[in-house]
Amino acid sequence: MPDRKQVTLSQMQSGQSGVVVQIEGGHSLVSRLNALGIRQGKRLTKISSMLMRGPVTVEVDRTQVGVGFGMASKIIVELDEVLR
Amino acid sequence: MRKIVLIGSPNVGKSAIFSRLTGINVIVGNYPGKTVEYKRGHMKLGQETVEVFDAPGTYTLEPISDAEEVAVSMLSSADTVINVVDATNLERNLYLTLQLLERKIPVIIALNMWDDTKHRGINIDLDKLREILGVPVIPTVAVTGQGIKDLVEAIPKATSPSTPARARDERWAAIGSITEQVQRVTHHHHTWRERLADASVKPLTGGIIALVVLAIAFLLIRFLGESLIGYGLEPLFDNLWAPVLSKLSSFLGGGGFLHNIIIGKLIGGEVNFVQSFGFLSSGLYVPFAMVLPYVLSFYLVIGLLEDIGYLPRLAVLMDTIMHRVGLHGYAIIPTLLGLGCNVPAVLATRILESKKERFIAATLISIAVPCAALQAMVFGLVGEQGGQYVAIVYGTLLVIWVILGVILRYAVRGFTPELLIEIPPYRLPLWRAVLQKLWMRVYGFLKEAVPIILGAVLVINVLYFVGIFDMIANFTAPVITNLLGLPKEAVTAIVIGFLRKDVALGMLAPLGLTAGQLVVGSVVLATFFPCIATFVVLLKELGTVNMLKSTGIMISVALISGGILNLIL
Repeated sequence: MPDRKQVTLSQMQSGQSGVVVQIEGGHSLVSRLNALGIRQGKRLTKISSMLMRGPVTVEVDRTQVGVGFGMASKIIVELDEVLR
Repeated sequence: MRKIVLIGSPNVGKSAIFSRLTGINVIVGNYPGKTVEYKRGHMKLGQETVEVFDAPGTYTLEPISDAEEVAVSMLSSADTVINVVDATNLERNLYLTLQLLERKIPVIIALNMWDDTKHRGINIDLDKLREILGVPVIPTVAVTGQGIKDLVEAIPKATSPSTPARARDERWAAIGSITEQVQRVTHHHHTWRERLADASVKPLTGGIIALVVLAIAFLLIRFLGESLIGYGLEPLFDNLWAPVLSKLSSFLGGGGFLHNIIIGKLIGGEVNFVQSFGFLSSGLYVPFAMVLPYVLSFYLVIGLLEDIGYLPRLAVLMDTIMHRVGLHGYAIIPTLLGLGCNVPAVLATRILESKKERFIAATLISIAVPCAALQAMVFGLVGEQGGQYVAIVYGTLLVIWVILGVILRYAVRGFTPELLIEIPPYRLPLWRAVLQKLWMRVYGFLKEAVPIILGAVLVINVLYFVGIFDMIANFTAPVITNLLGLPKEAVTAIVIGFLRKDVALGMLAPLGLTAGQLVVGSVVLATFFPCIATFVVLLKELGTVNMLKSTGIMISVALISGGILNLIL
């Protein structure tokens, strides 16, 4: 079992991909993120982040979603790259 | 009459389908008790005429916003539901579909953007999907009209398969199994549109793209507006309407109470459309020949940007800045609309979630975002004195926007939610849908603004005649002359600014003000009161108490900024 690093969406680098392992939020946040395709088990790719704790843009299922920095910090992603 | 309701998530081309199904005769309704608009039209179904409703976009039937609540309650009166689904985003869209199928309403699915699936490497097994869902599924391309005829023919076949109710996670699990069975995705290369899409949400390239897009948008608005005035409306008024008015003027004896109200004062023996200020002269000229062209070109350009899909990207780019003033990125949309007309801009603050945000956005818009009409007058009047003075006016308004925004962010209680927004791919807009939207917005402006302008001209003339304005002028003269350094006569203009700011600025023209005084006058007029139309929507949107707070802020800002400018200039 390769060891993979888990980071929050806001800590991810632009261009990195990974799988959502957990959303640390209440029912309503989870529902809203789910509706936009961000769910446990989904693969996503970070496209960009704005400076100064600005929003993060991710691509899930070939569409992009803009997520505020705080929300992005509650989305835990397991990165694709294997730790060496 | 039977009712068909179109329902779907935002950005699935629902409005384009709606405009394909219905004619141009579309009515914008306001949902009772809610400040949410929806569209209503008619279509022929065989021999029968049926009503078609375009519900606000919603992701789920568990509403989290007013708009979604409206969408859900519209379902209860529907005879048939057309669920518009984005074929390139099947999984995410099916959640709403499954919720719809759990209800007892006949459903038919329009699988829109069907053509996009091919170049995105998505393969959907339609028959399998129909079999699993148990309702008709019609592939459509609203932009070209492909599949619309099939959709109409299939409406009578809409059914309600009794799908069992599920919990959220079960629904997602079911969706996972459906997509696994019907959808195959192959890798495809990035198209230039997708590359452009990525570039426009990155800090550096996105910033450059935003500047270019906004610059082009504003140049286009000015060019279209000026062309409409110069080649269309001005000649029309000068060559056709002016002779009629001058005949009428001499018929009325060239002066007197009735003449002053209908034609206005003659300037140099002639009817002057801007300065005469009569019911049939300025009352018609100002809304139709000076303001309408800019409103029209503004909404055309904004409508195009909306339908291309640029605005959500601008929201992401601007989010950090907007948070500094207690708003989030999405507030850039009402703010931009405010540069056209403050009325729809204040109405558009409804898209913001929290009360705090709505208050800040509405207040900032009515104070520091000049509408197209006011801008046209600033360019015309202040611009004569030199471009640097126009720059001072705009610069001052920007500074006010920032400072006031930062103050309000800390002073207003409540929270500013974070941005969470779908960014649709860039798409070619459907002209039909763009024009339909343009028509509705322009019609709304005419319906709202023209009666007020005409009424204002009438009331002002009567009040002027009985000497009310002189009284107000004498009463407020110390403030105006000492603090703002404006002549006593400017008071009339500022009072009229409550009715129409552009007209008021026009009234400063014959006073022979210095450049500095004009700058002070423009800034005070822009910030002081909103025009009456904006005032009415502010009252509706904010309620009496918050409206009064907002008004207090406006008066203070106008006096402080005007006073400071008077000291500096």
